[in-house]
Amino acid sequence: MANGDGEVVGFDNVGLRYGTGKEVLSDVSFTLFPGSFYFLTGASGAGKTSLLKLLYLSQRPSRGQIRMFGTDVITLPRARLPGFRRRLGVVFQDFRLVPHLSAYDNVALPLRVAGVPEADLERPVTDMLDWVGLSHRSDARPATLSGGEQQRVAIARAVIGRPDMLLADEPTGNVDPEMAVKLLRLFEALNRLGTTVVVATHDLHLLKKVPASMIMRLDKGRLSDPTGVLRYPPKPQADRRTGDDRAEDLQE
Amino acid sequence: MKKPPVISRAINRGLAPFRGAPAQELVPQARLAGPMPWVIAIMVVLTVVATAAGLALTNLAGGARAELAGGATVQIIEAEPKERNRQAEAALDVLVEFPEVEGLRRVPPEEVAALLEPWLGTGFNGEAVPIPALIDLRFRGDATPDKLRRLRAALSDVAPDARIDAQSSWLRPVFSAIASLQWLALALVVLLSLTSAAAVFLAARSALGNNRETIEIVHLLGGTDQQIARVFQRSVGFDASLGAAAGLLLGMVAVLVLGQQFAQLDSGMVANGGLGWLDWLAVAMVPLAAVALAMATARLTVLFALRKML
Ligand SMILES: Nc1ncnc2c1ncn2[C@@H]1O[C@H](COP(=O)(O)OP(=O)(O)OP(=O)(O)O)[C@@H](O)[C@H]1O
Ligand SMILES: [Mg+2]
Repeated sequence: MANGDGEVVGFDNVGLRYGTGKEVLSDVSFTLFPGSFYFLTGASGAGKTSLLKLLYLSQRPSRGQIRMFGTDVITLPRARLPGFRRRLGVVFQDFRLVPHLSAYDNVALPLRVAGVPEADLERPVTDMLDWVGLSHRSDARPATLSGGEQQRVAIARAVIGRPDMLLADEPTGNVDPEMAVKLLRLFEALNRLGTTVVVATHDLHLLKKVPASMIMRLDKGRLSDPTGVLRYPPKPQADRRTGDDRAEDLQE
Repeated sequence: MKKPPVISRAINRGLAPFRGAPAQELVPQARLAGPMPWVIAIMVVLTVVATAAGLALTNLAGGARAELAGGATVQIIEAEPKERNRQAEAALDVLVEFPEVEGLRRVPPEEVAALLEPWLGTGFNGEAVPIPALIDLRFRGDATPDKLRRLRAALSDVAPDARIDAQSSWLRPVFSAIASLQWLALALVVLLSLTSAAAVFLAARSALGNNRETIEIVHLLGGTDQQIARVFQRSVGFDASLGAAAGLLLGMVAVLVLGQQFAQLDSGMVANGGLGWLDWLAVAMVPLAAVALAMATARLTVLFALRKML
């Protein structure tokens, strides 16, 4: 079993239940490798968001082991978790923008929390808003933005700190296909800089757009491998089939 | 296609404090929008007035007691004027010899008549209604029962009709009334402080209630509990300070106006009922305590909310 070398995240037999309900994730084991690009797919309610919640440290699993950046995060004292969260960029499914802050201030928030001086953050924030096509809306409050615009602000906020791992929950659900591709380019660019990317989506067309990606499929809270080719943990060099083929497999 | 912006790696990932204007903006800037400053202002006014009243009563009672505690009155109740006069003079001679007696004064008959006028009217003469001879005396220290007993023993030979009373003994009902008022003021101050504390607590919490989502977001973005608590504590502290300052101002005006009104009563007792600088200091502590309480509440509420998140 991997013990932290060459992995960003390791899950061993992880299970999650909310309160006293039944398990929404069961026996989830996988390894995420540095600099890889993963799609997390599965039907609505399969547990994609729940799995991401474990990854962005907003839930503790009810059983199993989770290692992140070489550390067991389950037994880690609470006070040390912020340091881990700052290495992550998260696009929440429901965006979670601060309602009374402008688009600009929302994007700047992770940098400010991390103590970046104002002088150093203006350029990156403006550039990022420009890339997601919102430079003209930088003073707007989230409530006055369209769903797609809010989503782009959320993405800009997730990538601005150049995280070690990007976790995006349905990041293109509210934007047109052209913008979806553009946002994927942003994720890929980040990925090339070394960021491990996990994108949860049920949009199978998206999978084709990132040929080097690997696919994890959740089925009723369990990881499954419908193609029979990918095994968990998926290895970056194991399979050189294109995303197109795999997406077609999934649709069958 | 244009290349996506590349974010520089020079991002400080230390757990640096989150300060200054950007941190302040995490909390909506609509100052004085919530009920908190007003609640605090009202509670501070009431507590300031009650505290000032309590302290003034304490001073009043203390002053009156000091003035009266050392005093005693010798009355010679004898119908026959000549005998009365003789006994009074003899008593004076005896009393002068006592080392504990600091001051001694025979109250002139006209003064006694003036004192009795409200009861007896103006037209009476000393023959028809015998009025007692009065001697005011002042002890060094308090008029203890022991001193009074020795005086009585000494006087019993020369002035058998003399009666000695400590002034504090016939003012006892007044003292006990003042003491009750003091207790009342103390109880009011305590009750008001408790209600204020509760009101401030609830107001600070409700002010934070609307910001729960923000707290959660900053938490998920890697904000530490201390960072987040500090931001909200500051913002609540600012609002609370505005309310407390307004409350203190209004409360002081009320106290000064009340003080003036009482001064116009021109009764000798109220002369000592004013507030010394120590008292004003105590009154000034009220708004400070309110602000401190609001800030502590904000801090604990935020920390408590955060503890429930992973
Ligand atoms: N906070 C919660 N409390 C209780 N049950 C929850 C909670 N969040 C999710 N669930 C349940 O867990 C299961 C998985 O939900 P999850 O949100 O992870 O699905 P998903 O794959 O993200 O779905 P979607 O594609 O619709 O976003 C669902 O059955 C859901 O009802
Ligand atoms: Mg989901």
